Amino acid sequence: MDSFGSGGGAGGQIDPHMQHFIEAETQKQRFQQLVHGLTDTCWEKCMDRPSTKLDGRTETCFVNCVERFIDTSNFVLNRLQSKAGTGELH
Amino acid sequence: MDFGSPPAGGSGVNRDELMDQVKSQIAIANAQELLQKMSDKCFKKCVTKPGTSLDNSEQKCIAMCMDRYMDAWNIVSRTYSTRLQRERGKL
Repeated sequence: MDSFGSGGGAGGQIDPHMQHFIEAETQKQRFQQLVHGLTDTCWEKCMDRPSTKLDGRTETCFVNCVERFIDTSNFVLNRLQSKAGTGELH
Repeated sequence: MDFGSPPAGGSGVNRDELMDQVKSQIAIANAQELLQKMSDKCFKKCVTKPGTSLDNSEQKCIAMCMDRYMDAWNIVSRTYSTRLQRERGKL
């Protein structure tokens, strides 16, 4: 990707402004992608019949669902790391 | 920052134009993702037995489902973003 923003000028030099822009947009897009995925997962867990308003119980379910998903992801990461550290994983 | 510098050489794409294109393509991709997810989720919730047309109650259900999906999306986005900030604070 480092041919981005060279602007046709000094042969392949990275434009730092462009690089910063691409990195920021990539970061934002990764966030959005995760929100799409989490909404999908938590919709399945929390949503009953859609009604005229999202009730408090359902909202709490969504919040808990996101928090526990991240906990799970952290837990899995930590456990895999410690297993890898003790050489249990091959 | 070095905004508004003329494109070097003249043959290259204007940088601001390129940045606008990137932004709008990302926006399109996100809209498509949302469209696809909403259709999938609301079809599942509202069209349990597909008939010869989308009847009135199905349409009402789909409209409501879309609004609730947006609510859910916003709650998830808010929660995730607050959590990210909290995790960063811990580092």
